[in-house]
Amino acid sequence: MRIAVAVKQVPDTAEVRIDPERGTLIREGVPSILNPFDEYALEEAFRWRDELGGTVVVITMGPPWAESVLREAVAMGADEALLISDRAFAGADTWATSHTLAAAVTKLGDVDLVITGKQAIDGDTAQTGPSIAASLDWPQITFVGKVRSIEDGHILAERYVEGGIEVVRSSLPAVVTILKDANTPRLPSLRGKMKARKLEIPTWGIDDLGLDPAETGLDGSPTRVVTISTPETSSDGEMHRGTPEELAAVLADLLLGEEES
Amino acid sequence: MDYYLSDELTDIRDICREIAEKYIVPARAELDEENRFPREIMKVMADSDILGIYIPEEFGGTAEAFGGGAMALSVATEEFSRACGGVAVSYAANALGAMPILISASDEQKTRYLPDLASGRKLAAFALTESEAGSDAGGVKTKAIKDGDHYILNGTKQWITNGGEAQVYTVIALTDPSRGARGLSAFIVEEGTPGFSYGKKEDKMGIRASATRELIFEDCRIPAENLISGEGRGFIVAMKTLNRSRPGVASQAVGIAQGALDEAAKYASQRRQFGQRIDSFQAIQFMLADMATQIEAARALTYSVARMIDAGAKKYEKVSAMAKVFASDVAMKVTTDAVQILGGYGYMKEYPVEKMMRDAKITQIYEGTNQIQRAVIASALIKETAAGGN
Repeated sequence: MRIAVAVKQVPDTAEVRIDPERGTLIREGVPSILNPFDEYALEEAFRWRDELGGTVVVITMGPPWAESVLREAVAMGADEALLISDRAFAGADTWATSHTLAAAVTKLGDVDLVITGKQAIDGDTAQTGPSIAASLDWPQITFVGKVRSIEDGHILAERYVEGGIEVVRSSLPAVVTILKDANTPRLPSLRGKMKARKLEIPTWGIDDLGLDPAETGLDGSPTRVVTISTPETSSDGEMHRGTPEELAAVLADLLLGEEES
Repeated sequence: MDYYLSDELTDIRDICREIAEKYIVPARAELDEENRFPREIMKVMADSDILGIYIPEEFGGTAEAFGGGAMALSVATEEFSRACGGVAVSYAANALGAMPILISASDEQKTRYLPDLASGRKLAAFALTESEAGSDAGGVKTKAIKDGDHYILNGTKQWITNGGEAQVYTVIALTDPSRGARGLSAFIVEEGTPGFSYGKKEDKMGIRASATRELIFEDCRIPAENLISGEGRGFIVAMKTLNRSRPGVASQAVGIAQGALDEAAKYASQRRQFGQRIDSFQAIQFMLADMATQIEAARALTYSVARMIDAGAKKYEKVSAMAKVFASDVAMKVTTDAVQILGGYGYMKEYPVEKMMRDAKITQIYEGTNQIQRAVIASALIKETAAGGN
């Protein structure tokens, strides 16, 4: 069993602020972290590897410094790591990203299962996992809250969908996207950390993957982000003082007045 | 202060801090209240490879990566203690129980026991204390009488940390009552051996997450091959073990004190009286400054001793005692001052400092009271002076 987990380095959104003048994220000084959903994807991969044997390879596409999230994954328990990095990949949207990651999975050759987190906390698209499946022409099971079994070349998983649970069985290879309900991610281990520091991580670029620049990066991206803006926030408030009865009357007038207008 | 920890020691610190923040801090009040051993947390420590950091690679540990194991143990114990003294002593007592095997046992015994202790499949405990043998190890009454290829143990050990929770016990018993301390020997006793049972579980003032229990031996037959080192070597094994483990108690004290300072400094920056933050008052500032200074001095001394042990020093009894006595006195003072800074809130269980103060007290008492430590220091000093100085 060889499981590939695709992860993403994201800005720690708890630390992100928005430039109100330009309507863009202020990324300077914001720490980069492993996308939190990906920790659950990794844990799911580790659990099945520990049970069935095999290896977990963690992959990310990004700039050279995205390597740090790969080392974090190795410290948690990943056996191998792979960085997909090339200037030609810069500016990729989810289509170009998943197309590139799918090419890496194809080149790896013997992958039985690709797992990703449900979504990344920066873009919030939840598209890359499903799009990898589409690009590979593999079946996909998204929003998985529980993997029930992996046996006889099939995976049986529970999709937590609105209003219920959908149980889906798929042949392998397949792509699965994982929810936080699936497990509790393990902490990094000491041996994992020591291995992570020393591990040589291969980098594959556009030539290694045999891709055309027209299908990667900005050139290969059909979508464009036109603007990013934050909703206008209003801090206007009115202060009223009085007895509970008086305040209730004020509130009632305001609410009823709004209804009438 | 930057102690220029190696990358590997920094890994230990980071992992232990994460375990402390994610698992120990949320559970400590409940563990304390319920007097409950932190089995789940010990499992997390085991899964993170923290239980084998002082055990050599050939016996399943990772000690070589840290240039020994004393500094590694100090760093880990300090981080756990910062969150909870009770959880930390459960961790440290496991190492204490393994120590006689590590430093005095045969390779065959090491191969049999250390890998399970390194992985956390089993826990260990050290059993020396009895009702009449505390500071005076010569008062041990538990007997081990040779019978063919077995020893028969009879007696009761008291206040054994990890008692009832550990599976491997290193026990000091008398093989030759006529020779006093020189008649003591060290044995490995496994849980489940017929004639070995657990007695009273103690209800303690502090470190309540740790298990403290009696061990009862009634005609308990153990294989002669479980003797460590040799007959009559028990006192030396015990003293070597305690010399080696004392920096661990010092680290526990440093950690508890640091945890209390963290709470006090945070509280002082938020609490307002007379229209201003209380850390703007010089009375509070000077207390915090003294606390921080004392902790740094205790840590520096503790790390120095641990590094000395890792460097292969043969004689460190005096400095090991100094680290223990100084750090534990600092812990008692700093935790008391932390309660003072938090005032009425500090006295309440909603805040963790009253527990830290209770936890700190034991560090002045166990593994040799601070009075015994001072006697050890003075006796070494007198010998050095007689020998023409050091």
